[in-house]
Amino acid sequence: MQEIGLVSRQRLNSAQGPAEMTSSMIRLGVDIGGTFTDVVLEQGEQLFSTKVLTTYSAPEEAILDGIAQVCAKADVETSEIGQIIHGTTLATNALIERRGARTVLITTNGFRDVIEMRTESRFEQYDLNLVLPEPLLPRQNRYTVAERISAKGEVLIPLERSDVERVAEDIRAAGFQSVAVGLIHSYLNESHERMVRDVLAEKLPDVMVSLSSEVSPQMREYERFNTTVANAYIKPLMKSYLGRLEGRLSATGVNCPIFLMHSGGGIISIESAAEFPVRLVESGPAGGAVFAANIAARYGLDKVLSFDMGGTTAKICLIKNQTPKTARVFEVARTYRFKKGSGMPISIPVIDMVEIGAGGGSLAHVDAMRQIRVGPESAGSEPGPACYGRGGERPAVTDADLVLGKLDPDNFAGGSIQLHTSDSATALDRALGQPLGMDAQTAAFGLAEVVDENMANAARVHAVENGEDLAGYTMIAFGGAAPLHAGRLCEKLGVDRLLVPAGAGVGSAIGFLRAPFSFEATRSLYMKLSDFAPDTIRNVLAELKQEATRFVRSCDATADIQAEFKAYMRYTGQGWEISIILTPDQAETPDKEVFQRLFEEDYAALFGRVVDGMDIEMTVWAVNATTLPAPVSAIAPLSNRSQAQPTGTRTLFDPALASPVQAAIVQRDAMESGQQITGPAIITEDETTIVVPSSRQAVAQTDGCIDVTAISGEERS
Amino acid sequence: MKSTNTNTSDVAHQVMWNRLISVVEEQAQALVRTAFSTSVREAGDLSAGVYDTSGRMLAQAVTGTPGHVNAMADAVAHFIRRIGPENIFEGDIYITNDPWEGTGHLHDITVVTPSFHQNLFVGFFACTAHIVDIGGRGFGADAASIYEEGLYLPIMKFAERGIVDKTLIHIVRGNVREPDQLVGDIYALATCNEIGQRRLSEMMSEFGLDSLSGIATFILENSRRATLERIAALPRKTASGAMRIDGYDTPIDLVVKLDLQKDRILCDFTGTSGLDKKGINVPMVYTKAYACYALKCAIAPEIPNNAASLEPFEVTAPVDTIVNAVHPAPVALRHIIGHMIPDTVYDALDKILPNLVPAEGAGTLCNFQVSLRPRTDQTAPDGTVRAEVLAFNSGGSGARPGTDGMNATAFPSGVMTMPIEATEHVGPVIIWRKELRPDSGGAGKYRGGLGQYMEVGAAEGHEFDFQAMFDRLDHPARGRQGGADGAPTTIARDDQAGMKGKGKQFVPHGRRVMLAFPGGAGYGPATGRDPALVRRDLARGYISAEAAVAEYGMTAKEIETVLDTVKQGGDVE
Repeated sequence: MQEIGLVSRQRLNSAQGPAEMTSSMIRLGVDIGGTFTDVVLEQGEQLFSTKVLTTYSAPEEAILDGIAQVCAKADVETSEIGQIIHGTTLATNALIERRGARTVLITTNGFRDVIEMRTESRFEQYDLNLVLPEPLLPRQNRYTVAERISAKGEVLIPLERSDVERVAEDIRAAGFQSVAVGLIHSYLNESHERMVRDVLAEKLPDVMVSLSSEVSPQMREYERFNTTVANAYIKPLMKSYLGRLEGRLSATGVNCPIFLMHSGGGIISIESAAEFPVRLVESGPAGGAVFAANIAARYGLDKVLSFDMGGTTAKICLIKNQTPKTARVFEVARTYRFKKGSGMPISIPVIDMVEIGAGGGSLAHVDAMRQIRVGPESAGSEPGPACYGRGGERPAVTDADLVLGKLDPDNFAGGSIQLHTSDSATALDRALGQPLGMDAQTAAFGLAEVVDENMANAARVHAVENGEDLAGYTMIAFGGAAPLHAGRLCEKLGVDRLLVPAGAGVGSAIGFLRAPFSFEATRSLYMKLSDFAPDTIRNVLAELKQEATRFVRSCDATADIQAEFKAYMRYTGQGWEISIILTPDQAETPDKEVFQRLFEEDYAALFGRVVDGMDIEMTVWAVNATTLPAPVSAIAPLSNRSQAQPTGTRTLFDPALASPVQAAIVQRDAMESGQQITGPAIITEDETTIVVPSSRQAVAQTDGCIDVTAISGEERS
Repeated sequence: MKSTNTNTSDVAHQVMWNRLISVVEEQAQALVRTAFSTSVREAGDLSAGVYDTSGRMLAQAVTGTPGHVNAMADAVAHFIRRIGPENIFEGDIYITNDPWEGTGHLHDITVVTPSFHQNLFVGFFACTAHIVDIGGRGFGADAASIYEEGLYLPIMKFAERGIVDKTLIHIVRGNVREPDQLVGDIYALATCNEIGQRRLSEMMSEFGLDSLSGIATFILENSRRATLERIAALPRKTASGAMRIDGYDTPIDLVVKLDLQKDRILCDFTGTSGLDKKGINVPMVYTKAYACYALKCAIAPEIPNNAASLEPFEVTAPVDTIVNAVHPAPVALRHIIGHMIPDTVYDALDKILPNLVPAEGAGTLCNFQVSLRPRTDQTAPDGTVRAEVLAFNSGGSGARPGTDGMNATAFPSGVMTMPIEATEHVGPVIIWRKELRPDSGGAGKYRGGLGQYMEVGAAEGHEFDFQAMFDRLDHPARGRQGGADGAPTTIARDDQAGMKGKGKQFVPHGRRVMLAFPGGAGYGPATGRDPALVRRDLARGYISAEAAVAEYGMTAKEIETVLDTVKQGGDVE
């Protein structure tokens, strides 16, 4: 096992986790990623971090190794660790790589193939040889029982116990380990699903059971069944992993509580995680969003766009009022160029982000329309971009970045990898320059512009879907490739301010330490505004609050818990709701006019106008209970400003000017707080490089953040 | 290194083309989010595009409806002509459901909005959506002329300078079964153009444009050149294709002749059957769309749709053939014939370019509409209601030259099915069954995709009319290169009473409609199929033990081994 990163002793402010976690407690954030396992130890105001290679066969090994390293660096004993917050891609990878348990689905007679028939459509309209992704469970693993619930939640065909016993016998004979139960309209009436579980518990006590009415109680059978199947499929694996992890940690003297980061951006107990492992999917990126939200809080920013760009993908998330935007459904394991519809839907509370195939390794080519296309195909680490000199012949984003002068060939990854500019130029010339009649630099310019435009488009579409205008937003960029592209992205999006925080390389793991305990309880209850029943609403919301609070309470016995109330509303007859946030008062004393006003305000903001004379309905209710984050200490203002001292200059291509410029080079380590540099400039560090375009200036903040802002007209002149 | 200006502006054009495609995708997404009809919001039966001031389509969202492809490309020119360039004002919104100047039937509403940037007229946004009801006889095949098929909205202003025409809204509301839904959908269409307009204006500000002419030229020239390159690379040959399908009362022959020339492809439907008395006739615009779609999939799949990339495909048919119906022919279910056009075109294309196109598939979507009401044979209980429920479903697609067909997946249409849980919330319909239909995929080296079973009934206290819109009852999908035919459509009541494949049919209280949708055909002889795939199909129940013996020659012992392995939870691959 190899230690990759350097231990960083960062200039970060004190811990900002849940309130009762005093600064005296030593806390660990652990993020298992596809390539690296990041471990961050927080002691008082100090953070110690390390990166070790992920050990696929036994992921806990990398964690133990990482813990030993950070403990040594912080000079503490493992037994002194008070709490571990863990996030992992293991659940996601098990779904992508189809490495789950031997699982079956029990469903309603007549609906055996819901997870296979999907939406009955092709996600790519023009490919005659399109191959649809296989469902997680082949058809022989899908059993049916005679029963039926109506769209009003009434029992049309009662479930007979003997029918479940028959299926249980088949499951026993075939030796399955895990069972998903998905019955039609069970989100309205869960009695039949519970009966299936009771019979299975009696007949097959060793088999794990996941009910759709618990995993994802939402209308739309394909999404609900698929989510439940995914949960069942990874449950034995995750349960076993979490058990082993606890055991190994305990054996090395770590006896503290372990909590898991979930996809919604909060943390849950290890028991809940083992029961609902599908909620761990995308927990790493969720940690990144929480990391950005925490920085937003420190800077008092209400409108933030987080931008995380690594080797193969870029992730973009909106953070309003220091809270990442959440959604109820997303797609994992896309099989076809990251194309929407080519993966499988997972319907759980999730931090809403867009992920596109745009990273440092994304490869470029010219298509039939003589358009430059970038990604989602990636060079990976072997052979890597052409500039690695390991046999990569096609130009990647990193090659364009090198040719444009954004990277220093002699100081990439702290000088550990020598880059070859001539190989980049050759690859760019061959793949783009010759077909388009461009020189290598223009080809690099085109490649970089296309990938930046792809990311900008993803951000724009995401903003529109959420009714947001990005003007007035601040971008927070982290991940190895983000600081190279963030400045240009800001120019494209009309975003005036960019923060590049310290510790960006282990952003997700730091984010885990900032996440609250939280749980969202949801229920489908249909009501038209014209039939407004305040008592029913009050009771439902009170029950949901109780349920969500109970979950959080099981993680933390004493902390203050805050509840957020949401109603999903739409015009009667529409299919897609918008979520309306209610204050505790509005939830306590529901008022018809208030609901209508809140809905119409949000609808008009999203879609430009309200629809006159149409009834409004409410379909789903949700309460998110969460511990309060500790008050974040605001960033200290800069007391004095001075000019940073460049160590040299190099030629940098500025895409907004479409021409080369001479950029000052500054070492990030050497920038004291208050030191500034005017673009064009390049701020270098071991893990990444911050490109400051000619339109921007950068200043080092007191916490080590590099704050990049647009130069106004007056300043420029 | 100093870059030339030409190169640099090429880069800007590349960025802008990308942006326009993103803009129309946003436009389409806004429509899905705000629409009321399940056909739009769940199934994606819509399209959206951006046009220059002369009505040339520059970009179109990739949605579920090839049928809108050329139709949308032509529509805006009709709007310019009818409205008159001098009557185009900022804040205007235009509307039509004209089958010949829109997208083929009265159930598609097209909304066009002129786009202004800094008070200058710069182009148009247009969108189309399939709505559930437009009055008349209801969505079905039974009308004898367009006048019976519902409310006709000639090209006109829905709003002028931002003021909505209230009279038009009154007329619309008074003529349809679900007025709230339709008016809501019209607003959704207007909204989606507005969203597109906002984004376009932002782009023009960012790049300092005052017109779209530069980017339009760049898009159209590159698309035309790319399409022409593809066509030039094909053999200069002609071939004919034909397919017989059910029709309403009498079978219909679809006949096509393809002529691959140096710089264009001619596709002529001379020889095709004449008009039908019922509403399954097809306006030319819809025929063009599906013929063009089929050719583009086979020849130039990755070139986006716009005025120039569509231009080299010239589709013709004599007036008063069923694929070139003119006013006042009934056309409500033009999709039934229209969806069969790609298989007809492929019958010809396969003779020129073998090993490229799939075997025949289900073709026509397996749609139906249910009109529910309180039972009339005795007093209906309290709480019974009227409702219109539309369902889109798919049979199997044809096997490909190197892969099986897709199970229960639409082709050539690309719309989605509605979740049955969503459908059952629309009205008192109950879908008792919706699952794959074993043994329906035609046997072959590559097997046709499976069709599906459905059973449809009503909640207690209701009866209903069932509008059937099915084909391939008598003419199943034909195999290619020795592959077997797919299974035909069947329809009957659960008490065995017979039903027809097309038309409105009464279903009394307590009865269900039993449907089996067709499978795709096989490709290549079944004897050539990989035995491992036959075992897999048996294990999954895609084929029965009987079919494994009869079609693929499996022995009783092999079958027993597979079925035992499944029972014991073993892998069969």
